[in-house]
Amino acid sequence: MSSRRIVVPFGPQHPVLPEPIHLDLVLEDEHVVEAIPSIGYVHRGLERLVEKRDYKDFVYIAERICGICSFIHSVAYCQGIENIMNLEVPRRADYLRTIWSEYSRLHSHLLWLGLFADAMGFENLFMNSWRLREKVLDAMEETTGGRVIQGVCKVGGVRKDISNSKLSEMVKDLDILSSEMEDLCNVFFDDDTVRHRTKGVGFLSKDDAYKLGAVGPTARGCGISYDVRKTGYAAYNDLDIAPVVETGGDCYSRCNVRAKELLQSVDIIRQAVANIPDGDVDVKVKGNPNGEYFSRVEQPRGECIHYIKANGKKNIQRDRVRTPTSANIPALVKMLAGCEMADVPVIVLTIDPCIGCAER
Amino acid sequence: MSYLTKSPWIIHYDASSCNGCDIEVLASLTPLYDVERFGIINTGNPKHADIFLVTGSVNEQNKEVIKNIYDQMPKPNVVVGVGICACSGGVFRECYNVSGGVGEIIPVDVYVPGCSAKPEAIIDGVVKALGILDQKYKALKEGGGSN
Repeated sequence: MSSRRIVVPFGPQHPVLPEPIHLDLVLEDEHVVEAIPSIGYVHRGLERLVEKRDYKDFVYIAERICGICSFIHSVAYCQGIENIMNLEVPRRADYLRTIWSEYSRLHSHLLWLGLFADAMGFENLFMNSWRLREKVLDAMEETTGGRVIQGVCKVGGVRKDISNSKLSEMVKDLDILSSEMEDLCNVFFDDDTVRHRTKGVGFLSKDDAYKLGAVGPTARGCGISYDVRKTGYAAYNDLDIAPVVETGGDCYSRCNVRAKELLQSVDIIRQAVANIPDGDVDVKVKGNPNGEYFSRVEQPRGECIHYIKANGKKNIQRDRVRTPTSANIPALVKMLAGCEMADVPVIVLTIDPCIGCAER
Repeated sequence: MSYLTKSPWIIHYDASSCNGCDIEVLASLTPLYDVERFGIINTGNPKHADIFLVTGSVNEQNKEVIKNIYDQMPKPNVVVGVGICACSGGVFRECYNVSGGVGEIIPVDVYVPGCSAKPEAIIDGVVKALGILDQKYKALKEGGGSN
């Protein structure tokens, strides 16, 4: 029996996602034939602000591209300027950046796991993920002063130091946290409800992921071993990192990648604290940048690029940002085609959409 | 502090905020802050909501969405602008696609400043809004017209 096609709008205001994205879902009965995304609800146009702000002040704006990936955006921007100006950042600052980056990854992944559970209607799991997240935020607030926007990274280093005694205290807290996280992750790995809602849902093949340019856990969940941390920015080249790769290509695999990355991040913080050298945390910055640099970092959602072009004035010329969510939207559209209507929220969440980043 | 006989429900919309405040709005629902113990629930349906929480500044594309949600809410209702972007546009006020704070589109009753606004501040703002909601109810009962 042939059926009539109908279009169901998803978003921009929807209980599942705190952020506005609009999808036109073309349905045939309960099956999604096609999903047409439309974006622009969060577009502010902040790339043009580089023309109005001093390059040192633009770190604030770069950090406010997104409130979840905030710290890592500022690292990407500062790294770019430092490379243009040939600044040698003190090694301790690099390590501190690494530690804070991994803390942001912990908070972002816990947040995502919670939202993912919420999309399935698993309220208890949502609350438990966010309860653990508060502990990560506490550590961030104690060391930087900010819960979600840290404002601690600057061109030439970082603003604050963490004393060695505080660092070892943080590692002790992480030991407790990681055992709690393991309990939480086991629910995501083993629970029947979660499996039922995620296994085989939203399948993306390795070839498609590669062709559509998926990045981060979306690509790693399809068996592509690609992690920008392996290129060794900040202090990552001193540390032992193996990308977490799953081969399922479905929602379950992408969830597993993120859950396993939680424990990987704890391990990276432990290594960084064990190896951190003593010394200054910033250098004096003189003059203006002149040149261009392509700065890449690994955000919780995947590879993020800041292309920075400067011409020796105090305002830089261009800061082109490509965020992981923009890269993952084509993959999302591919996953949605052919799925069930009821699975749409779950699938949309598995790419960890960060619309604030994607539209800037 | 005020007293209401019904549980105030909240609808939340992100109008071009950076996510910082949205996440804090959600964080106030979760175990550490737990506003649900006061009967405050985050609903997705504007027709069930008494309080409209808006985060972020307003841009060309979401003007209509904000207006739409506001119009669908039963009156009387209150609007809380969360974060410095909702107050004035914040650091983004000079951006080409930002028209300014939420006050440009709909009447705002309570502004919560901060970048990003902390959950404590958001809860304070909502409690303040409850007082205003109470006054609006009284005015409505006395036949003072809607809102």
